Amino acid sequence: MQALYAQLLVGLINGSFYALLSLGLAVIFGMLNIINFAHGALYMMGAFCAYFLLNLGGINYWWALLLAPIIVGIFGMILERTMLQWLTGLDHLYGLLLTFGIALIVQGVFQNYFGSSGLPYAIPDQLRGGMNLGFMFLPVYRGWVVIFSLVVCLATWFLIEKTRLGAYLRAATENPTLVRAFGINVPRMITLTYGLGVGLAALAGVLSAPINQVRPLMGADLIIVVFAVVVIGGMGSIMGSIITGFALGVIEGLTKYFYPEASNTVVFVLMVLVLLVKPTGLTGRAA
Amino acid sequence: MHTKTIAAFLLGTALALSETGSALAQDKTVKIGVLTDNSGLYADLGGPGSTVAAQMAIEDSKLAAKGWKVDLISADHQNKPDIGTAIARQWIDVEKVDVFMDVLNSGVALAVNNVVKEKNSVMINSGAATSDLTNAQCTPNTVHWTYDTYMLAHSTGQALVKAGGDTWFFITADYAFGHALERDTAAVVKAAGGKVLGDVKAPLNNADFSSFLLQAQASKAKIIGMANAGGDTTNTIKQAAEFGIVKGGQKLAGLLLFLTDVHSLGLNVAQGLNLSSTFYWDMNDQTRAFSKRFAERTKNKAMPTMVQAGVYSGLLHYFKALEALGGNPHDGAKVVAKMKEIPTDDPLFGKGSIEPNGRALHPAYLFEVKTPSETKGPWDYYKLVGTTPADKAFRPLSESACPLAKK
Repeated sequence: MQALYAQLLVGLINGSFYALLSLGLAVIFGMLNIINFAHGALYMMGAFCAYFLLNLGGINYWWALLLAPIIVGIFGMILERTMLQWLTGLDHLYGLLLTFGIALIVQGVFQNYFGSSGLPYAIPDQLRGGMNLGFMFLPVYRGWVVIFSLVVCLATWFLIEKTRLGAYLRAATENPTLVRAFGINVPRMITLTYGLGVGLAALAGVLSAPINQVRPLMGADLIIVVFAVVVIGGMGSIMGSIITGFALGVIEGLTKYFYPEASNTVVFVLMVLVLLVKPTGLTGRAA
Repeated sequence: MHTKTIAAFLLGTALALSETGSALAQDKTVKIGVLTDNSGLYADLGGPGSTVAAQMAIEDSKLAAKGWKVDLISADHQNKPDIGTAIARQWIDVEKVDVFMDVLNSGVALAVNNVVKEKNSVMINSGAATSDLTNAQCTPNTVHWTYDTYMLAHSTGQALVKAGGDTWFFITADYAFGHALERDTAAVVKAAGGKVLGDVKAPLNNADFSSFLLQAQASKAKIIGMANAGGDTTNTIKQAAEFGIVKGGQKLAGLLLFLTDVHSLGLNVAQGLNLSSTFYWDMNDQTRAFSKRFAERTKNKAMPTMVQAGVYSGLLHYFKALEALGGNPHDGAKVVAKMKEIPTDDPLFGKGSIEPNGRALHPAYLFEVKTPSETKGPWDYYKLVGTTPADKAFRPLSESACPLAKK
């Protein structure tokens, strides 16, 4: 039984990453109607950004948490301005192919310069060590990841669903022409939204840097699972992606305990089941 | 004008025919294919570096000066056996490749092993670990050069049991390699009087090992054996540090750790780990000279791993066999038979031999990873703690299930 609690907690930790990443995807899909396949590459860039800040600039983890999302977010906004915006109104497939291509290029460039085994990034001193919870030894850093990402997820949800800015955003998705008539610069708002989604990916990258090696392929390995999470949660649903992210982390964690061989397929099995029963996802609305 | 063209054509055909005629007597062309993981989790320990090593072997053999025409191609099997066999068939049938080098990843190696035998080609395997290549799955066309799971299990496993690590838990990569490594190590542990308390099979290329580490922790085994490789091993070690596993009194055993893994982990995390290898760049003047030349030609200025060194040495030995045959017979089994006949001797692995089952013999070394204060600079990572002589390092012929070993 003790082992089970521990696995639940570990699942929650992985779920934090799924939640942060799928949230960014959901924001981008909901507001821009783009299936952002470059999300994994941008997550990887976030981790590399933290690595460079530390090793080239001597800038520590805490600043990296703030700076890396901004830097990668600006990169994302440049992508949106120079490439993605031309795809507005076209079929989803174009955006998917373009972002997939971008992901391959970015990964290829990083792999060319940094190889595949990855670079080390140490856990910040303040978050070293762990607590004995009785049923498991919880590394402080992991606890921090869960709490921090939960706060960020809820803040993002609040921003989009409960504030005036969020209301503009949602309105702009529904009817851009009308919102523009009210004097709001819709293209700029869309660029900023893409930047926000990308920033969330980069933030997840920084969070994961001390846990996993900083590797060019770290995003490619994760992105497919995250897409499954988004599909299960319902494309574009903010709260849906947060809840499903955490829930699937837990389910995956339990599978690792009961039947580890299936742990990298269980998410996809669930995706198939959800698509069969409720094609719009658990919290998605019918189009 | 027109007649000139015809004349030139006829002349050309005549020349081509006469060349074919001499080729039958003494064909001095050879095509080498490096089949490896160029983009995935094993790309640093083999990958493009293996191709560099093959190129260096071609240059150092000076075959071109002796009238040979040597071609080199390489491809990425993406760690997928189906892709590996498809490339292998195309290479043999269309590209006329004579010898497959590296072929890391045991799953891919075992699949390609069958194609190579069926088509009577040659595989000099450096990167795959499974000892099955020279055991139940042995063929007259394959030489297994650098290391195998039997060697790793005996060198690292035995040393750890002797040091008091008599209860084990395995975190195993869930494919041919991990299974073979766990099986061979568990046998060593049991034979030495130890006990295996449990195991967990983790999917290949897994990012988060915390679930598996918790299970290992709960088993209370003294040694947690990591029967995985590359990025999987580095992530396991890094996360084990987080969960306080080593501080809690359990010891990690990296059953297959490469120099590039240690480099990627950094000495702060990797220090004190034991590992086995058949090659280290800083062994003697010859290995240092080779490694410096190698590092200058790679992108990250990385020192060679044992896999890359094995590609170099294995290929040099293959060339020796071709020269001894006086030409390329394009008959895989015949060349491999010659390779087994000639004793091996090269700057990187020293003197040795190849067993009838295709197993290349050379000494195995047990290393300990240095602490940050012991290292003198980049890539100075290992200190030697033990040597197993060539005749003891690998599975004895008497225990081999290979039919070729029975003769």
